[in-house]
Formats: sequence, C-alpha cells, structure tokens
Amino acid sequence: MVHGSGGRASAQLVEEIFFPAFDNPWLRKEGDQAQLDLSEGRWAMSTDSFVVSPLFFPGGDIGSLSVHGTVNDLAMGGARPLYLTAGFVLEEGFPLSDLVRIVRSMGRAARACGVSLVAGDTKVVERGKGDGLYINTSGIGRIPEGVDLDPSGIRPGDEILISGPVGDHGATVLAAREEGRITTSLRSDSAPLDGLVAAMLASGPGLVCLRDPTRGGVASTLNEWARISGLCFEIEESGLLIRPEVRGVSELLGIDPLYLANEGRLVGVCRPEAADRLLSALRAHPSGREATRIGRVEKGRQGRPDGCVRMKTLMGGTRTVDWLLGDPLPRIC
Amino acid sequence: MSDLRYIEAFRDPLLGRSLLDALALAAGRLPRSPVRIMEFCGGHTHAFHRFGLLELLPPEIRMVHGPGCPVCVLPKGRIDTAIELALDKRAMLAVYGDVLRVPGSHGTTLMKSRARGADVRTVVSAMEALTLAETFPDREIVFFAIGFETTTPPTAAVILEARRRNLRNFSVFANHVLTPPAMEAILSGTTLDGVIGPSHVSTVIGTRAYDFVSRTHKIPLVVAGFEPLDILLALRMLLSQIAEGRAEVENEYARAVVPEGNPRSLALIERVFERASFFEWRGLGALPRSGLAIREEFGFFDAQRRFSVEVSPVSDPGICECGEILKGAKGPRDCRIFGTLCTPDTPVGACMVSAEGACAAVFHYGDREGAVS
Repeated sequence: MVHGSGGRASAQLVEEIFFPAFDNPWLRKEGDQAQLDLSEGRWAMSTDSFVVSPLFFPGGDIGSLSVHGTVNDLAMGGARPLYLTAGFVLEEGFPLSDLVRIVRSMGRAARACGVSLVAGDTKVVERGKGDGLYINTSGIGRIPEGVDLDPSGIRPGDEILISGPVGDHGATVLAAREEGRITTSLRSDSAPLDGLVAAMLASGPGLVCLRDPTRGGVASTLNEWARISGLCFEIEESGLLIRPEVRGVSELLGIDPLYLANEGRLVGVCRPEAADRLLSALRAHPSGREATRIGRVEKGRQGRPDGCVRMKTLMGGTRTVDWLLGDPLPRIC
Repeated sequence: MSDLRYIEAFRDPLLGRSLLDALALAAGRLPRSPVRIMEFCGGHTHAFHRFGLLELLPPEIRMVHGPGCPVCVLPKGRIDTAIELALDKRAMLAVYGDVLRVPGSHGTTLMKSRARGADVRTVVSAMEALTLAETFPDREIVFFAIGFETTTPPTAAVILEARRRNLRNFSVFANHVLTPPAMEAILSGTTLDGVIGPSHVSTVIGTRAYDFVSRTHKIPLVVAGFEPLDILLALRMLLSQIAEGRAEVENEYARAVVPEGNPRSLALIERVFERASFFEWRGLGALPRSGLAIREEFGFFDAQRRFSVEVSPVSDPGICECGEILKGAKGPRDCRIFGTLCTPDTPVGACMVSAEGACAAVFHYGDREGAVS
C-alpha cells in the first residue's frame, strides 16, 4: 500500500515512472496544479474512465486507450486537444513492470497526439478492491474559430460517412478475454482522430457533426442522432466494412458488429454537396484510408418512422437497427 | 474451416437473389396459395428478420413463427423456483445470460434478485458452472440448466464429470425440453403446409427424429442452417415438395446434420436423463413426456431434490397472446399489447423476453409501425 500513501514510496513512483514517461515543463514544476496560459475563444473539455479488461490487448493497452479516448472525445467537437490529466487507481500488488509498460505507452500516445499530460494522481486500493488498474483521463482542447459541430443541425438529405471498418476494437478485446479459446490476428483500431478531424475541417464547409462510436458501437451513435434530430437514418449494409475476423468473432459470441466498440473510428454527418470532398479528405489521411459512405438522413415515412435507424441488408431487405438491448456490456474500454 | 469467410459464403447477395428468383418462380407453380410455413426455431425467426428476408419472399409464402426458443417456453413457475434457489444463502446460481431478465410470476427476475442478496453468476457453458464449484468449495453451486437437445448433452456431461471428480457442492436444476413432442403438439393444433426444421437441435437428434412429421401429419419438413442462403434454399426445397405433392423430411443443412444425429451426444442424454411424465410449457401447456428429468442414479446432483424445491404452475397474464403466438396461431402484431405495454425493456410475455422470441425479433428489427419505442 505504500505507493499511494503520499510518503516516500509515492514520490519515488512519480519520479521514476511518471516523470520520465510524460516529461514536460508543467510536471517538472511538481506543483499541486498545472498552470496554463489559455488563449481566448471556445474550449472543449472532456473526461473518461478506462476499466478495460484485459489491460493489454493486440494493438494497444489501457494506457494508450486512455489517451486516445479523451483526445477523440475532444476531437469530435472539432477541438485541437492540448492538455490532459490522468488519475490512476492501482490495486495493491499490481506489478510495477506492467505499470511501467502502461505509463510509457501513455507517454508515447500523448506525444504522438501532441498533447501534454500536465497533472496526475495515483491511489492504491487494497487487494481485491480493484481489478489491477483503472485510469481516468480528462482533457481540454481549443475549438478553432468558425467550427461548430452540432447534431442539432442535422437535416433531411444529409449524408453519413464512416472513417473505416467497424468493430475492430470490440472484437479484439472480446477475443482477448477468451484467453486463447479464440485466436485471431485482429488488432484494436485504438488511435487518435484529431488529425483526421483537422483534415476534414480543412477541406471546407459542410461537416455537421462527428462522433466516435465507442461503447455501443455504430448502432448506438446512429440511434442517438436519430433521436436528437427526430429524423430517420437510412444506412446500407453494403457500405459498412466489417473484417471477416470481426464477423467471425461476432458470430461466435452472438454479437452484432454494429454494436461493437471502436476506438479509432469516427462517424460523421455532412451536407450532401460536401460528401464527396469530405470522403476524399478522409481517404487521403492515413487513419481514414478505408472510409466509406454508409447512408443518408431522411424524413420519416411509411415503414420508417422518425427517430429510427433502418438498414438495407446485403440480401436486399430492410430492418431496424435498434438501440442495444439487454445486459451491460463487458468491460471493453 | 480455418478461414472465417465460411460465414460470408452463406450470405452471398448474388446467390441470395438468384434463390429468391427461383422461389418466385416456384411460388407461381404452387397448387394452392398462400402456403403457411413454420420456422420452428427462434434462431430462424431471428435470421429472417436480421437479414431482412421476410419482405423479399414471394407473397404466396406466409411464414409462421414457431416456439423454438428455450427461454420463451420456460414457464414462470420455473423462473420462480430458480429465484428461490438463488435466494438460498448456501447457493450460488450459475445461469446462461439470457434468463437473467426473464420475469417470474411477480415481475421479479434473477437480475433483480441480486439486489436481494442472491448470488447469480453468468456462465457461457455448463463446464464453467462446474469450474465455479471447484473454485468455491464452501458454496453450493446450482446450475440452472435450460434448453432443447442442443444444450442437454453438455449438462449431462458435467453431471458425469461432477461425479467423477466427486464434487459434493454441485447440482443441476434441470429444465431441458424435447423438440419432437413440442412439434407434435403444434402440428396437431395448427394447419401448416411445411416446416423449416431446427438447425442446432438437428445436429444432435438428426433428421430421422422428424419422420413422424411426414408420416403422421403428411407435411414436408426441411432441416436448415441459420444462414440466409440456408433458409432460402430450404424454402425452395419445401416449395418443390408442396408442388410435387410430396411430404418428406429433407436435409438442407447437410454440412452439420446427419440422419441419425450425434450418437455420442444422444448417449450422454440417455445416460443421465429420463423423460419426465410431463413438462409444463409456456404457451403450449403441459405436454406428456416432453421434458427431461435427472435419473435416480444421479439424484445426488439434482438441485430440486437437494434443496427440496418444487415447481408450481403459473399462468400467463390474460392480455398477452404468447400462447397463441408460440403455437403459430397468431403473429406478434396480432397482440394488443405488442410494442406498447410489452417491449423488450418491459416484457409481459415470453416471446418478448428472449432475443430469439418472435415478438422480440419483430420489435427489434421490424418497421415499428404502431409501436412505442
């Protein structure tokens, strides 16, 4: 328990593990708070807690995920993420070597996104009172002048875009939880999306809103927008890329890939005249090479009432894509 | 099989369209129209809706949903007994996830019973329940075993394994039911022109188990896989039989099903279980020799004996049409409370409870006309 008690061991943990990984002028001051010079304008702020199990999975770990998660939440508002804080809840007996690995991975992820981790906190709970490690990150980012991404602006005729294949993260983590009973070469899509968003915004006007379909997947994101806009979201199954392995894991576990979490994908709504241009902008960026157009927003009519999501299946029929029902999802992020 | 494109092969849109064309042609040659075809299994009901197949079928085909959903046919009294077992302080109840939200007779569920102190654990296999018994030697682990012939062999296997390992803290609350008696009950009460036979159940019991359908009831049955092409091909085979006046048991799902079934699985069932004199089905009522009970020899592992609990019959609320829907006499939309009082979040009847239930499938994937969501 000594590492979280505020004594010498705590200081040692901070000095030997956290400082080297996150090194920046704010941390070096070793104050109780980070002092930031923020410019005028609009700022976005967000927070997210990460409880994923297992902590390490192909394509990432809880550390990189905790940076990408908050960075992406900020980016979905068009913000350029700048500063993060991190809170760690460690279970007594958690291997230091794992902590080092995770913290280094966080440091690398933060540097890659150009965000500084300016403040942090660590607590240790008794053995059995936690599950290894939980991380919370909070962040702020600046919203550029003139950017106003807001789902209340969705109109009939708008088009729906997605930046890549669906369900990679969820399927990877669920397969990893099976501890060898399902082996795949899948990797999580966990990645920062701020660069991709900046590229879309730089290509010109017409982007209405963005969302990263994490917990609850693409289906939940579309249902949220359908409810907010009161319109019908009509998508085509043929527009969705689903890797054969994601399909396989989904079948084995009885899950629809549309409900699987993504940690490096975005879904966007745009004006019809901007769709081709935004799709090109997405595809020109390394994180959006497999971007596709998945459907349109329509006024409700017979058979497809307002506020719902309908999908034209590969077979040519149509069905509702409902809200996720049933048990709480396993801890995938 | 190492390549999971195996799934996509049976979802090929081009092949699907050509099968639909063939169905439309065959439908035009039917001696009578429309024909009523029942998909017995909830898995098929689910697939029809998930792949959007229903609206693509020629109008001459009317699909009738069957009762083949293990959670749906479980009467409330059995949920009540499971909750009673879970609330016993000695016990830890191991259950399949789909039964957690099923309401018992007073609206309580196994999920809600957790708040009253019940220790209910979700498992994905019978073996996991057995592992719990080894992990918690001081607790009484009760496995709430449900399902048709598909899930019965694993239950039998863990009972044998528990005896081999001499696990004194493991028992099973057995609720396994049999497909042929349920099918017999339905065919005796409903007029049908054909049946799409179960997929997974048939891997265990084989196609011969349905011989009575053609012999006694003189209607065709085609065992089919759960993929869209499986279903469309099975329908094509059924239409051919109807047009030619044949009533045979055919097998579309030949990649997994053989006439005699899986002898090892059948032997496991036979070893551990015997037919109970009757089983009270939700919707179908008490059917003779339609459920399985643990044999006397394995009585030590029978939770009902160990905890001295009984199952009382509980009737369904009068406004709910579940019984008629499970029998194929009515469809989900014929029910007055479908989508209004009864939704997947507030299920009144059995067919709305399980994801495989007909009402849940129609609600989940349907067009929501008239529904409140």
